[in-house]
Amino acid sequence: MAKSIVSIKNVTKEFGEVRAVKNANFDVLQGEFFSLLGPSGCGKTTLLRIMAGFELPTEGTIEIDGSDVTLTPPNIRPVNMVFQNYAIFPHLNVSSNIAFGMRKSGLSKPELAAKTEEMLELIKLPGYGNRRADELSGGQRQRVALARALIKQPKVLLLDEPLGALDKKLREQMQIELRMLQQHLGITFVFVTHDQEEALTLSDRIAVMNQGDVIEISNPGQLYEMPQSKFVADFIGTMNFFQCRLTEYSDGVAVGQSRECGQIRLNCDEPVVAAGEEFTLAVRPEKITLSFDELEDSPNVVFGRMGPSAYLGDRSHFYIHVPNRDEPISVALQNLTASLDMVRNTDRKVWLTWADDAAVMLPMD
Amino acid sequence: MTAGTKKFNSLGAYAVLYLIFLYLPVAVLPLFSFNDSQYIKFPLEGFTLKWYEQLAGSHGLQNALWNSIKVGLSVAVISTVLGIFAAKAVTRYRIKRSGFIVGVIMVPLVIPEIILGISLLMTFSLSEVKLSLVTVGIGHLMLCTPFSMLVLISRMEGFDKSLEEAAQDLGENAWITFWRVTFPIIKPGIIASILLTFTISFDEFILAFFLAGTDATLPIHIWSQLRFPDRLPSVLALGAIIVVVSTIVIFFAEFVRRGGVQLTKRSNV
Repeated sequence: MAKSIVSIKNVTKEFGEVRAVKNANFDVLQGEFFSLLGPSGCGKTTLLRIMAGFELPTEGTIEIDGSDVTLTPPNIRPVNMVFQNYAIFPHLNVSSNIAFGMRKSGLSKPELAAKTEEMLELIKLPGYGNRRADELSGGQRQRVALARALIKQPKVLLLDEPLGALDKKLREQMQIELRMLQQHLGITFVFVTHDQEEALTLSDRIAVMNQGDVIEISNPGQLYEMPQSKFVADFIGTMNFFQCRLTEYSDGVAVGQSRECGQIRLNCDEPVVAAGEEFTLAVRPEKITLSFDELEDSPNVVFGRMGPSAYLGDRSHFYIHVPNRDEPISVALQNLTASLDMVRNTDRKVWLTWADDAAVMLPMD
Repeated sequence: MTAGTKKFNSLGAYAVLYLIFLYLPVAVLPLFSFNDSQYIKFPLEGFTLKWYEQLAGSHGLQNALWNSIKVGLSVAVISTVLGIFAAKAVTRYRIKRSGFIVGVIMVPLVIPEIILGISLLMTFSLSEVKLSLVTVGIGHLMLCTPFSMLVLISRMEGFDKSLEEAAQDLGENAWITFWRVTFPIIKPGIIASILLTFTISFDEFILAFFLAGTDATLPIHIWSQLRFPDRLPSVLALGAIIVVVSTIVIFFAEFVRRGGVQLTKRSNV
């Protein structure tokens, strides 16, 4: 196992009455791309600012590369930050921005100029050294902010929603570049975002936060396919939830009964509740198949009627009304043909089904 | 459109009248400073520079001018430095009831100067401080610091505090961060504050009258000269010079301020 580079121990941060971070405990490993993901106000930025040294934790300690830096001011921590709005110095040109942190590096002027040019090459902005800050586009400012931090060769690079201000296409392009840069340099990245897709695309591991709590830390696949809580299941992607009662469990197969969808069956290594107790069954929309032909009554088969649908180009979302259930079931289907006929099936009878290994068993809230 | 241009332009007329109202008295000053008569009346008698020569020969006036410059410069620098501290505190730190504190500091702006003058005079005589240019400076400082604060707080609010954090993150302590980031960005505000407070101090009469003791500042000197009709024209000459110098200073300040607007725009992009 890789060694820990950042160690967050029992960190709590209070702003007056508000507890922004509640007893966070985790390690970021050397060389990984680690994301802090959560809705706005969940404490992810506060946690990042604690790592940078801009906020003092109310309780707990931070270790970076084995030494306790809890009380170390930001200017002498071996970490650097890319700010949300990039914080490019408006009175300096691109080169001076990038070289800003190198005043005490001991490099001679020509050495520093060469180093700066090297960074400009790295961020694919060669020859931009003399541009003024206001002559740069959003994406270019983002790259300059990145170069300005990376030239310091930090042990950890902290990024506070760096792609939030970019438009969708540019954001996707920067995601790929950021990931390649991180793998090329081997520097540990701690990345704050509220965009779950972005976190899934970029990260080795993700810490999902909500209202100051770190809810779950896992890799993207695990978080999406096997979430441990209803919050994570709901926050990442779309999820259908069914209230069920466990009737029987043996040999890795759980059987349950639901008022909304009849008998259900799923594979699970360890049931989260005992037989007779209620649990939440979670099924992703894309794991449900839809049939217009009647299916025989068996576990994981639900009858309903086509409700509204949403055409998204590559796929369509269908909302199926089911007796005994207020919320429609969401089903996602690939648009395999060029025909738009599917969306004209409103009110038609449909039968939904999913495989035994497609659903996840979660505790009630 | 052609009909519109022929129509009587009431806004234009209003503007012209207003400008006449504004600048006619100012224009009278230089006009009579070159008039070869000690009486302020038409018709003009002829061109002369003798009032300016008289001005150059007046030691009392030169003394007063020098006193005003000394007080004005000291007050401008000190109140601007205090203004920077206050602006930084108000905009950068979480201070409880900072609005109330700012309000308290702004109070001298609304207290009539004559009341301020009397109370300062009482305070100084009760504590047996000898009246001098220093006491004038202290009075002016009370008056000017709120202006410095207003100018600098608005400048400080205009720029993103993450710029200062970025400098710290890149290895600089608070002191170097101020000189490498904060100072260059708020520089237009600092220059504006210095010019503004210097001007306020330079022509302030009431407080100076109460607190100057025997060291006259320029406004006190001018006022004292008005009692002698034959010295009036040289006061006009002095006034003309001050108008010209002030105009140059205002153009310079505006030039700096425009540079400042660009800066703010850039940091907000």
